[in-house]
Amino acid sequence: MASYLLNRFAQSLINIFFITILVFLLARATGDPAAALVPDDLPEAAVIELRARLGLDKPLIHQYWLFVQDIASGDLGMSIKGHRPVIDMIIERIPATFSLALAALVIAMAMGIPLGVLSAVYRDTFIDRVAKVVAFLGQSTPPFWLAIMLILFFGVFLFEQGLPSLPVSGRGGPATYIMPAFAMGWAVTAGVLRITRSSMLDVLDSDYMTMARAKGLSETTVIWKHALRNALIPVVTYFGLIIAAFMNGSVVIEQVFAWPGLGRLALVAVTGRDFPVVQGVVITVGVFLIVINLAVDILYAFIDPRIRYTKQ
Amino acid sequence: MTGKKLHARDIGASAAPADTASIGRQLHTALSALKRAPLVPTSILGILISFAVFAPLIAPHNPIKIDIMANLTPPVWHEGGSSQYLLGTDKLGRDVLSRMIYGSRLSLSLSLIVIFLGGTTGVLLGMISGYLGGFVDALIQRSVEAMLALPTILVALVFVFTFGFGFWNVVFILSPFIAARFARMVRGETLSIKERDYVASAKVIGTSKAGIILRHILPNVANTVIVLATLEVGHLILVESSLSFLGVGIPPPNPAWGLMVSEGREYIATAYWISLFPGIAILAAVLSLNLFGDWLRDVLDPRRKQL
Repeated sequence: MASYLLNRFAQSLINIFFITILVFLLARATGDPAAALVPDDLPEAAVIELRARLGLDKPLIHQYWLFVQDIASGDLGMSIKGHRPVIDMIIERIPATFSLALAALVIAMAMGIPLGVLSAVYRDTFIDRVAKVVAFLGQSTPPFWLAIMLILFFGVFLFEQGLPSLPVSGRGGPATYIMPAFAMGWAVTAGVLRITRSSMLDVLDSDYMTMARAKGLSETTVIWKHALRNALIPVVTYFGLIIAAFMNGSVVIEQVFAWPGLGRLALVAVTGRDFPVVQGVVITVGVFLIVINLAVDILYAFIDPRIRYTKQ
Repeated sequence: MTGKKLHARDIGASAAPADTASIGRQLHTALSALKRAPLVPTSILGILISFAVFAPLIAPHNPIKIDIMANLTPPVWHEGGSSQYLLGTDKLGRDVLSRMIYGSRLSLSLSLIVIFLGGTTGVLLGMISGYLGGFVDALIQRSVEAMLALPTILVALVFVFTFGFGFWNVVFILSPFIAARFARMVRGETLSIKERDYVASAKVIGTSKAGIILRHILPNVANTVIVLATLEVGHLILVESSLSFLGVGIPPPNPAWGLMVSEGREYIATAYWISLFPGIAILAAVLSLNLFGDWLRDVLDPRRKQL
């Protein structure tokens, strides 16, 4: 197990190197950062001095090292438009993005797991076909379109009919979470459903299920306690992908619902030509995903005996 | 799907190891199996492809021609609708149906180009990585994993910030992600294929590494690659339309589906058709590709059978 963990740890470092060097090179490709910071009429000497202060006169590799040091110390630079440290703007937006992701996760689990279990237990029946439809639709629906259609029905149509409707934009009480969380969780529901179903099918075929039944346990206990607990192990590995899907989805969904999170921050910064903010969000989210994936790998190593007892 | 499922045993030949001679036979089997393809997804794909190919012949209007007098005309079945604009018009009076038909051209061509560029690179890297092993394998695999750990849409945002947006920029950003996905899948396949007897015999008779990879590994990963390519085209249509929706993909006034949904957003309360129909086009295209790909996997690649 130690070599497995070491391997995952090394890969995480490589991933962090990869994303920082990518963003660093793209940042340099946008042009001379010093030129962007100084007014046109500044004397040449001042520009040279500024370049020296920013470390831009040093070789590229040295500049990269300075860049990484800044990031590691939590300094993501200043926003060009906001005139404040990027890190502050990001920290401000984190609760909105995370609470939305959490709500979407709850929705995806609440729909995907029971449906996955039922479709495995009642294989090739009506309920299994319903699950298949959900799985295929979830994978195929464009999230931004789903979001707008939800607004059309729950926001516009119900409102016009004089029925209780849902708020269509902004973050506030629990009601504001329903549509964005569903739009974001829908695609992930499909994934959770698929994995739960296939791992449930594996578990249902196993000997200890026969054993549990032989002990005289009720079918409900056998399925929802014994089988599900084991079937959920592969779902854990899927967690890293879910979080990645939410972080990508947040750009789109936050845009539709005017949700004040990280995704919207990045998109607005792209439109407003505010590079430090775009770069800050990408690095923060990228590193966060790498850390989450490492955590999932470690967790998995501990709960899955096949990895726990592997000696290499 | 329908009750009767096609299994590998129905077309036994495709499960047998392929070499160059049998790849033609395999293709033949695949073609004859196509007759049993799921009807609805296959038909939808057929329609979309003909739309894309024959757009100028099918579309009733020029997709970017502005007719401000006719703006926000509802679809023909509504009061005030016009038989001239079957699915209505957008805020500039452009025909929604014609834009959707031309939109299939953009979505399909972009996805196919990315699949071709990224897929070819990924298949080559995957085979080299799996067959050679050692340092090359480690280098390729570490890069592939690092690539797959990136948040696609956010990275696309930084990229677009730097290089601007447009059709070829989207191709350029998405191809490496596709290459990474293909490389990972193909490497796994290659690892198991290279242990087989016929690869060992080829080695004994002195076939070069390149020869073994191209003549013995490639034909045997072909099925997996075809299935993956089908599913990835659908995935790419979703990603491209998301980028276009965000305004960082295909630029206006092009009739990209994602862009159309986005243009209808501010009129959602009064002119729902601007957003609704292009979204249905995306959903239909991706759903058909997923269903078709799923069927194809049952036929060509039964070991990887899923839900």
